[in-house]
Amino acid sequence: MAKQSIQVKVNGTERDATIEPRLLLVHFIREVLGLTGTHIGCDTSNCGACTVLMDGKAVKSCTLFAVQSDGRELLTIEGVAHDGQLHPLQEGFKEEHGLQCGFCTPGMILASYALLGKNPNPTEEQIRWGISGNLCRCTGYQNIVKAVQYAAAKMGK
Amino acid sequence: MIPPSFEYLRPSTVKEAVALLQQHGDAAKILSGGQSLIPMMKLRIARPEYVIDINRIPGLEYIKEDGGYLAIGGLTREADLESSDLIRTKFPIIHDTAGFIADPQVRNMATVGGNLAHGDPANDHPATMLALGAQIVATGPAGTRTIGIDDFFVSLFTTALKGDEILTEIRIPMPGPHSGGAYFKLERKVGDFATVGVAAQVTLDSGGLCQKAGVGLTNVGGTPIRARKAEDYLKGKKLDDSTIKQAGQLAADESEPSSDLRGPSDYKKAMVMELTRRALGRAGERAGK
Repeated sequence: MAKQSIQVKVNGTERDATIEPRLLLVHFIREVLGLTGTHIGCDTSNCGACTVLMDGKAVKSCTLFAVQSDGRELLTIEGVAHDGQLHPLQEGFKEEHGLQCGFCTPGMILASYALLGKNPNPTEEQIRWGISGNLCRCTGYQNIVKAVQYAAAKMGK
Repeated sequence: MIPPSFEYLRPSTVKEAVALLQQHGDAAKILSGGQSLIPMMKLRIARPEYVIDINRIPGLEYIKEDGGYLAIGGLTREADLESSDLIRTKFPIIHDTAGFIADPQVRNMATVGGNLAHGDPANDHPATMLALGAQIVATGPAGTRTIGIDDFFVSLFTTALKGDEILTEIRIPMPGPHSGGAYFKLERKVGDFATVGVAAQVTLDSGGLCQKAGVGLTNVGGTPIRARKAEDYLKGKKLDDSTIKQAGQLAADESEPSSDLRGPSDYKKAMVMELTRRALGRAGERAGK
């Protein structure tokens, strides 16, 4: 089967690769690019641990082929902080105890990042709706919601 | 899970995509949102030799009014249905339906065309399109043809689309005054397929009597089901509690659920009755506004 050449802007940097079409986006991100902050949880598009942003929209990278990202822009958890400064969402998860084991956290942050991009001042219900595609087995979601509220408040200042 | 190898094809027009389907026949699958196809390939339930990615074809993502119809491009994402003012104001039933499909990330990719063309009776749009009396526009080598929604769902995972056709548009008659609809879905958790789903669309006359009713059922048979007896029963009646309850009973009688991990068939029938009652109640409220 013919390999495909793709060019993807990942966290602001152009990356080229020649890959098998069947390569999943999450495997491309983790194994080809070496960005292991994006996690593989359920591998069945349920848990959201593999969430990344493609052209600003949250997607589950276990349910896309890497070739589909050709010419697109990706944002992974590695690209969220800037100049050594945590993003308000990252700070919020730290301050509000929005994680215990941390496995779901990159996906939670990217899903919330997309939510706040569309809706900078969400209600609690809208936050819960926005992260309804992400599972956390530790926290019961309460502190994750608080973390997103913390970030929304900080970003609104 | 690693999908089997395939040849990746990325046409830039519908014509090119149709030509590829003609060339590769059953060995090819269309990649639209991919939110059903890719999981099936990962489980190796689907093993296409050629994957035809239509996502770069321009002009297939739109929601617009067009000569008395709502026209939805086949590649329109569920997230766009969810955020469309036109859908929210004129077709709350579609707004309800899109919001119940999977989760926000999946809805950013998943398409309404794919949801219908997949032919899965567990998908949510089919019941809604049955209730709305939609038409499916298919594009093949000879051009386009229109398929009535009642003729579209042939059997499990099989639609009236031919092997060399692509679902390019959905057309729905614009509802008249005093119309309303709703979709109710019972699901174990966000992202699950429906245990039972019910779509109801009604049009009332000036005296508040039901002029027209559409009722579609999700995941209670080998295909999506149109509850015709319930629809006929509702005609000319006021949508009061006893009428919608009776319609719910008729819809339950028309459903053919099988017992599975989501519950035994008698439970599902009871849920068809209850959800039909609720969907008709909400549809009637919305029509009366």
